[in-house]
Amino acid sequence: MLLEASDLVFEAGGQRLLCGVDVSIRKGARTLVMGPNGAGKSLLLRLLHGLLKPAQGEVLWQGTPLTKQAMRAQAMVFQRPVLLRRSVLANLKFALSVRGLRGAERAEKIEVALAAAGLSHLAKQPARVLSGGEQQRLAVVRALACEPDLLFLDEPTANLDPASTAAIETLVLEANARGVTIVLVTHDSGQAKRLGQDVIFLQDGRVAEAGPASQVLGTPRSEPARAWQDGRLYLGANTRSINDRFRRTF
Amino acid sequence: MDSFWSVLGGAFALVFALDPDLLEIIGLSMRVTLTAVLFACLIGLPLGAAVGAFRFPGRTLLAVILNALMGLPPVVVGLVVYLLLSASGPLGPLRLLYTPGAMIIAQMIIVTPIVAALTRQVVEDIDREYAEQFASLGVGALDRLLSLLWDARYSLLTVTLAGFGRAVAEVGAVLIVGGNINHVTRVMTTTIALETSKGNLQLALALGVILLLIAFSVNACVMALRASAVRAAYA
Repeated sequence: MLLEASDLVFEAGGQRLLCGVDVSIRKGARTLVMGPNGAGKSLLLRLLHGLLKPAQGEVLWQGTPLTKQAMRAQAMVFQRPVLLRRSVLANLKFALSVRGLRGAERAEKIEVALAAAGLSHLAKQPARVLSGGEQQRLAVVRALACEPDLLFLDEPTANLDPASTAAIETLVLEANARGVTIVLVTHDSGQAKRLGQDVIFLQDGRVAEAGPASQVLGTPRSEPARAWQDGRLYLGANTRSINDRFRRTF
Repeated sequence: MDSFWSVLGGAFALVFALDPDLLEIIGLSMRVTLTAVLFACLIGLPLGAAVGAFRFPGRTLLAVILNALMGLPPVVVGLVVYLLLSASGPLGPLRLLYTPGAMIIAQMIIVTPIVAALTRQVVEDIDREYAEQFASLGVGALDRLLSLLWDARYSLLTVTLAGFGRAVAEVGAVLIVGGNINHVTRVMTTTIALETSKGNLQLALALGVILLLIAFSVNACVMALRASAVRAAYA
């Protein structure tokens, strides 16, 4: 396993937001993290990437505790792309400089990244005036330019149109084909079917179900995943789905 | 007493005549103010950015102190600098009292907390947005500080402007440590105070007009810069 987490617990404001989460990420796989809002998906990503420290449990990178050095073998793309108040080119230059790249090597990587994102003609434009799709493409290629072994993406296509979503998914699939392990949070059932190899289904800060996508999405064992497969709105363990209420009332 | 309009007319006549005494006073004022603001920025910008970006014990206390020092009474600063620089003071051997150097020190002490406190707020806001991305990229402390300062550059122009405004309008402290000596430490604000007390309202008003024009020009330049930055989403 490339990345493993055992018994992860995270608390904030006196509330336990993640309880005893166990996760295994296979090297080279595309793992999707799914679940409703507030299930702890983004939180789990941040814990796995080392941006947050768990109250309990630990994250192991290739069998050893996650260090700052190990974090450099990972990259993350956030739901709202965080772009510096600089040009497209300068955003890429900054990320690569942090990784110690200079001169011709850096210029070559920037050129490749811009071409991959289809942003070569916008290289000198301020990054923050690009469209939402262009900004997210820039964020993805900036992360990939650092050549991570593992790329985390937190709902990278939320609020994007189909064309922009397709562009992001292509970048993700190409990176995965080059051997980059992918961990992606999504709400989009179509995206789950298109990209998912492994799925972790979270509900109320716990893993409701995890395993191969064909199993979790095809023959789910847990109620939250079953509700998702049936297209029902699952409202929690002690509530019936909104569809059930709807049928009963009318 | 002359009528307001005749005084104003005389003041403009002095301004347009480029009176050498007037030019000398304006030149010294600008030299003292710009030097003080430069040093205040050299200290205040990195200090404010560090307090805004890094978490360390005593950070909140430091932020409170910086905010409190923004309202530092200039005459108190003048008095303390006077005591430090006077012949019997610890910095007496430097022989800076009643020199432009003393005025620069006093203005710098007044302006530095303003620059640092406002910088802290600006940088803290940008850092809140960048923190996770920087942590993910593995950005080191120095790179982080410099990047935050660079990306906040247009907001920090306004911060610098606030410092400049405070320094150029300062009268109490520079009067105490400079002594308002003709051709040595006489600046616009101290001259206005002196000439008004002497009844020479034309020169006082001429200096007032120039002071306003300088403030207006600097503000206009910074606002134009900021507007272009906002259009490019850099601010």
